[in-house]
Amino acid sequence: MDIPYTIQPRQETGLFNAKMGIWLFLASEVMLFGALFTTYILLRVGSPEWPRGELDIPLATANTAILITSSITMVMAWASLMMKKFGRFRLYLGATILLGVAFLVLKGFEYAHHFQTGEIPSKNTFFGIYFTLTGLHGLHVIGGLIVNSYFWSFGSKMWKTQPDRFTNRIEVAGLYWHFVDLVWIFLFPVLYLL
Amino acid sequence: MSNSGNTHVVSAELHPPLHAHEEHSFWRKYIFSTDHKVIGIQYGLTSLIFLFFGFTLMMIMRWQLAYPGQAVPIIGRLLGDDRAPDGVILPEFYNQLGAMHGTIMVFLGVVPLAVGAFGNYVMPLQIGAPDMAFPKLNMTSYWVYFTGGVVMLASFFVPGGAANSGWTSYPPLSDIATMGQTMWLIGMVFLITSSLLGSVNFIVTILQLRTKGLSFMRLPFFVWAQFVTSFLLLLAFPPLEAAGVLQLMDRVAGTSFFLPSGLVVSGQPLPNTGGGSPLLWQHLFWFLAHPEVYVLILPALGIVAEVIANNTRKPLWGYKSLVYAAVFLGFMSFIVWAHHMFLTGMGTAISAFFQTTTMIISIPSVIILSALFISLYGASIRFNTPMLFALAFLPMFGIGGLTGLPLGLATSDIALHDTYYVIGHFHYVVAPGTIFGLFAGIYYWYPKVTGKTMNETLGKIHFWGSFVCMNFIFFPMLIQGLAGVSRRLYDGGQQYAHAQGVLHLNVVMSVAAWVMALFQLFFIVNFFLSLKTGKKAETNHWHATTLEWSAAPTPPVPHGNFVTIPEVYRGPYEYSVPGHAKDFTPQNELVKA
Amino acid sequence: MDASHTHDADIKAHVRKYVVVFIALLALTLITVTVSYLHLEIGLAITVALIIAAVKGSLVASYFMHLISERKAIYATLLLTLVFFVVLMWLPIFAHSDPIINKNVP
Repeated sequence: MDIPYTIQPRQETGLFNAKMGIWLFLASEVMLFGALFTTYILLRVGSPEWPRGELDIPLATANTAILITSSITMVMAWASLMMKKFGRFRLYLGATILLGVAFLVLKGFEYAHHFQTGEIPSKNTFFGIYFTLTGLHGLHVIGGLIVNSYFWSFGSKMWKTQPDRFTNRIEVAGLYWHFVDLVWIFLFPVLYLL
Repeated sequence: MSNSGNTHVVSAELHPPLHAHEEHSFWRKYIFSTDHKVIGIQYGLTSLIFLFFGFTLMMIMRWQLAYPGQAVPIIGRLLGDDRAPDGVILPEFYNQLGAMHGTIMVFLGVVPLAVGAFGNYVMPLQIGAPDMAFPKLNMTSYWVYFTGGVVMLASFFVPGGAANSGWTSYPPLSDIATMGQTMWLIGMVFLITSSLLGSVNFIVTILQLRTKGLSFMRLPFFVWAQFVTSFLLLLAFPPLEAAGVLQLMDRVAGTSFFLPSGLVVSGQPLPNTGGGSPLLWQHLFWFLAHPEVYVLILPALGIVAEVIANNTRKPLWGYKSLVYAAVFLGFMSFIVWAHHMFLTGMGTAISAFFQTTTMIISIPSVIILSALFISLYGASIRFNTPMLFALAFLPMFGIGGLTGLPLGLATSDIALHDTYYVIGHFHYVVAPGTIFGLFAGIYYWYPKVTGKTMNETLGKIHFWGSFVCMNFIFFPMLIQGLAGVSRRLYDGGQQYAHAQGVLHLNVVMSVAAWVMALFQLFFIVNFFLSLKTGKKAETNHWHATTLEWSAAPTPPVPHGNFVTIPEVYRGPYEYSVPGHAKDFTPQNELVKA
Repeated sequence: MDASHTHDADIKAHVRKYVVVFIALLALTLITVTVSYLHLEIGLAITVALIIAAVKGSLVASYFMHLISERKAIYATLLLTLVFFVVLMWLPIFAHSDPIINKNVP
């Protein structure tokens, strides 16, 4: 049994199924992080004083650059498949994965340093929301890494039998990865700079 | 391009479902199936079990409310000393029953039945699709729901028992409650995830997999209802998921997202640093929970519309109004939530805003109900069991809706908030409202799913008994609420001087609840007996116009639904068309002029 | 062969855009960090930071996520989401700032 529009788009909507699906999912993610940003605002507005200068700006700036770079390597991975250049695809996707890992490693150092100085989530609402927001974001990064790693390894077998379907999958994975980058683009100034 | 004969066969044939050597194992066929029909049945059976379990919890509660301090007969001793010493329910256990009754009915019972079962089974058939857009995701949704349900049930057996801070889990109480609350939060994360995956699937399926000729304004209203419902689930659930994570952090990591500074519990100051806001939880919770009530009602409205159109043998009145009203209702449902928070100290400006939007949202509800009522005018009504439930739904939902009005007006809400009036209001909408709609759906689609017909006599007994009992259970709640009896009282208002005059109603309501349980036996027996001994059903048993009846075999083809994909030529309710031989003209039938 | 050449040329044109966006994103990151060290008054600081973030976000969405060439269905979903996102964010804040008794508590 074949589900229509898995590979070719439906003319009316201009989309293939998984692409519409991922955008809907991303819409729900906007509401999820939106609720947490709302929490941040309410807690900050309602508190007599709010800590500043507790977080490592240079490290987070580096992490921002890392994620932005991983975003372009991700879209290049998809573009390579569109140009039928499988080798290039693996290179770019591999780079995306490594950059994602680098992001998590830096975050790991950051968290470890905070824990060592007693800055744990229960210390105050600032650290509570900081760890929750960056923690949930980090979980999303891990999720993306798992998916990307699957497509880099076992999943890439599909290129030989159904290249168009595989290209679509990479596009969809890319949309998710860009969203993870997008959340960080807002997280970074809100938590670290303001 | 010859049009000989009455049925036009579309040239594109589906691949044959499965070759003989590909026959699935028992596990792949019935347990881990990706066929939306199997998954729909799984959701249906699981949710019905949860519904009856949630009802049982209530029946235990109603003993305590009718005869406070008296031992519960038979099962009282089985509950154990930490729940009911000498068979008398402890207040702590009463609170568990209350919180879990609500949680189980809403999240494990009604929505999975309305959306997971009916939506999954019927919607792809009604749009002429071979399955959902993402069959594997569909299967995952069910098993994540199942896991969430197991976690919820397991919470009864941890020290301190299940969640006991109401289905609304307000902090600070929920933040400091026993372990069961943590399991509630984890269970909710599973249920919300299942729901999100399901809503993505539903929306993509409806937008992408409609068959040829099935434009939006030719969709059965049931599909529109599921479509709007899925958007509500998609966009409203995530803030509750976020809130759940925050409450988990408060309970497990010692944060104070919802704990204000300086909180003292039983004479001891809490070690948490404070600085949080209990009201924040309420905003995040109700941002979901208000759209959630429209999730509860919309699928039922969809089912009732189908059953009424079919059993009046005429098109629904005001199809366009129904569709626009449903979409408008969905949109408005996101901006009314704080009418649940009128008494939290909000200022007059914001209260006025929410009061206004709440009044406005009653308009589409009235339009939908009116259209369904007007559809009865001049109709040839067939009073079969599904139609009885659908007809009863109309005034019951009317009462439910009307009793919402004094709650939505901030001033009258001052007297009615957190009283039994609220409980009466929402039960009218969900119990003789939605659940009657769901019963209508079960009796209506049973022949398609099983190939057998249910017994009409048993069905009518089930209907009349339930209908009378429902009113005896929930109408007195409105009276008690107006008399000032608060909700969630372990003794049903015994200790309040102002409640003395209405306390006798507790006995009435409890007896009605137990009698209603007895009438459900007629349904249960009918459901299982008809599988064995029911009369064989025709393919289009009800002579209906929609594709699940007119284009799919009974039962539909596994993994594919249709022998040939139907093409649609007309709207969904072409009954009694002048000049046509039959009193119904299916959507996919080509008729010579 | 010709179709795939123009197809490839299309992709290459896109790639050029990606690189430009990438450089812009890095530049905007440096700008927003630098501005933060100026320690502007908080209202102004928030406005500037959020504007820069919004520009960066729009670039990622429009070019990396191809939103700029996307179809109505996606736009409609995102617009709807944006409306509810704003509602979710601003109504609780408004409720908090307009209490029935004017106290400075959360």
